[in-house]
Amino acid sequence: MKARELSVREELLKGLWRENPVLVQVLGMCPSLAVTNTAPNALAMGVATFFVLVGSSFLVSSLRKVIPKPVRISTYIVIIATFVTIADLVLQAFVPGIHKELGAFISLIVVNCVILGRQEAFASRHGIRLAVADAVGMGAGFTFALFLLGATREILGNGTLFGVSLFGPNFEPWVVMILPPGGFLMLGAILLVFGAWKARAAARAKAAAVEPLRKAAA
Amino acid sequence: MSTGSSVIVPGPTREPGSLKLVATLVVAGVLSGAGLVATYDATLPIVQANQARALREAVFLVVPGSTKLEPFAWQGDRLVAAAEPGTNASGAPPAEVFAARDDAGTLLGYAIPAEGAGFQDTIRLLVGYEPAGRRIVGVKVLESRETPGLGDKIAKDAQFAANFEALAIDPEVVLVKRGEKTAPNQVDAITGATISSRAVVKVLDAVARTWASRLESAS
Amino acid sequence: MSGHLLWIFLGAMVVNNFTLSYFLGLCPFFGVSGRLDTAFRLGLANIFVLVITSACAWALDRFILPYAPYLKLISFILVIASVVQFVEMAIKKLSPALFRALGIFLPLITTNCAILGLALFQTNRGYGFLEGIVFAIGAGAGLTLALVLMAGIRVEVELSDVPAAARGTAIQLLIAGILSLAFMGFAGLLGAG
Repeated sequence: MKARELSVREELLKGLWRENPVLVQVLGMCPSLAVTNTAPNALAMGVATFFVLVGSSFLVSSLRKVIPKPVRISTYIVIIATFVTIADLVLQAFVPGIHKELGAFISLIVVNCVILGRQEAFASRHGIRLAVADAVGMGAGFTFALFLLGATREILGNGTLFGVSLFGPNFEPWVVMILPPGGFLMLGAILLVFGAWKARAAARAKAAAVEPLRKAAA
Repeated sequence: MSTGSSVIVPGPTREPGSLKLVATLVVAGVLSGAGLVATYDATLPIVQANQARALREAVFLVVPGSTKLEPFAWQGDRLVAAAEPGTNASGAPPAEVFAARDDAGTLLGYAIPAEGAGFQDTIRLLVGYEPAGRRIVGVKVLESRETPGLGDKIAKDAQFAANFEALAIDPEVVLVKRGEKTAPNQVDAITGATISSRAVVKVLDAVARTWASRLESAS
Repeated sequence: MSGHLLWIFLGAMVVNNFTLSYFLGLCPFFGVSGRLDTAFRLGLANIFVLVITSACAWALDRFILPYAPYLKLISFILVIASVVQFVEMAIKKLSPALFRALGIFLPLITTNCAILGLALFQTNRGYGFLEGIVFAIGAGAGLTLALVLMAGIRVEVELSDVPAAARGTAIQLLIAGILSLAFMGFAGLLGAG
């Protein structure tokens, strides 16, 4: 029991940081870069993906012994597409403004590699608790990364956050950041910072752990 | 991959028969369909109410003073009643133009959805037209992907919007540089967004050419 | 009419390039665009699948979806995947040469977001059959163009001294950003001008 508790927490945390789907694995970019031009859009996209991921992982994990192997991918896709359509309908009903801005990109969550990837690599092999923990972690990590992108792009490109002006009227916005090139450039910059930071952390850990002789050799 | 004790080896070792495969997919399809129908039925009224409200707000904005709308379509040589937007009434044609009336039922003008090529992508507009005065009385940008900060001013710039409060359509709608508007059929362009401004003017002129004579004969 | 079709074609190919403006089809763009001839053939296979998809999506949207709009997504995915599979088998039988050129890419492409994206955009915009086909060819040509450009640049990047932290995806994203900036220059190409 004790070991299992620890494991659930582990699965929850890995998606948030160590194996973050966007920042580390660089997956699921197609539907996510396009809609991260403002913080609210990014957040809506993140939450929708979170919902689809957790729902699919729960179902796939609970049905993992029933689904025959040769048709598992097709079944996963049916399950995922169902959840995406539900998310699409619910967003359309309750936040029509955001739904209109996200447009077809909500439906494109279906082909987000993160979701199918988690079903195949994790949910289909683990119990419900672990699968849901993994999905919650990955979904939260995905939402966090999208929000980071969306908030930075909105602040730089429009001078606002959630539509609230931050810098006053004299701020000249860096418009390209909310345009498509800004998506590529900002994610590139974030990965760059992340990569540099990870390399430094790794170097420091190595320096602390390994004896001076071997460090010199490296 | 976790190597915890809860790892379960997936799948039966025996090769499943094709009947079972088909059955699995059919069951998945039926369950998925049921879930979708339930969600669709639950959200449909809300979605339609939202769409109808958005349309009413837009129509009442471009035809000032109006509080009621009536959908029409143009067939052959006359206006015929069209389907209420958002409903799937079979038989009635889709709405092409909305007659806008005030509380007393007096016809104030028509709201006409129109679109044209913009700087980046298609621009969709709702144009308020008053046949009695042969003039455009309001324009709302329904959809555009024009450059933020420049072209998207067609939807945000108050000075640009002021052009359309009373814009004569005769002899034609033309674009002039900002501050050079002297005649009622001229539109002041947005500085730095000439192409987007011109795209809007082109759509307006096309609407006027198509609908002015039609609506005149109808009313 | 032909002006309208030209606008759809050029709009999909360069002004609103699927990869550089809609971020669709990024996986092959970053993943396999390492060699020029591979990139080109992958692009051709893409055009092929896109055109089939466009026809399928049109038929579904025209004859089935009016009765069951909530099945749009599921039917698009399943029908497109199965039709491409059938076509793949047919090509294998009928023209082994064509199969060798495109074949290995077909299953890969089916799960590409650009394909589903095309079907969704096409129905959202209410394109007819011919408009859809032109849109598909334009989008495919745009994907090919982006793939080939990226492959050409990557050949150069592999020979240059990229800082360690930027190696891999970061430098590719920055290159894609600059390409995307360049493509913004096509905006206004067909505008009200």
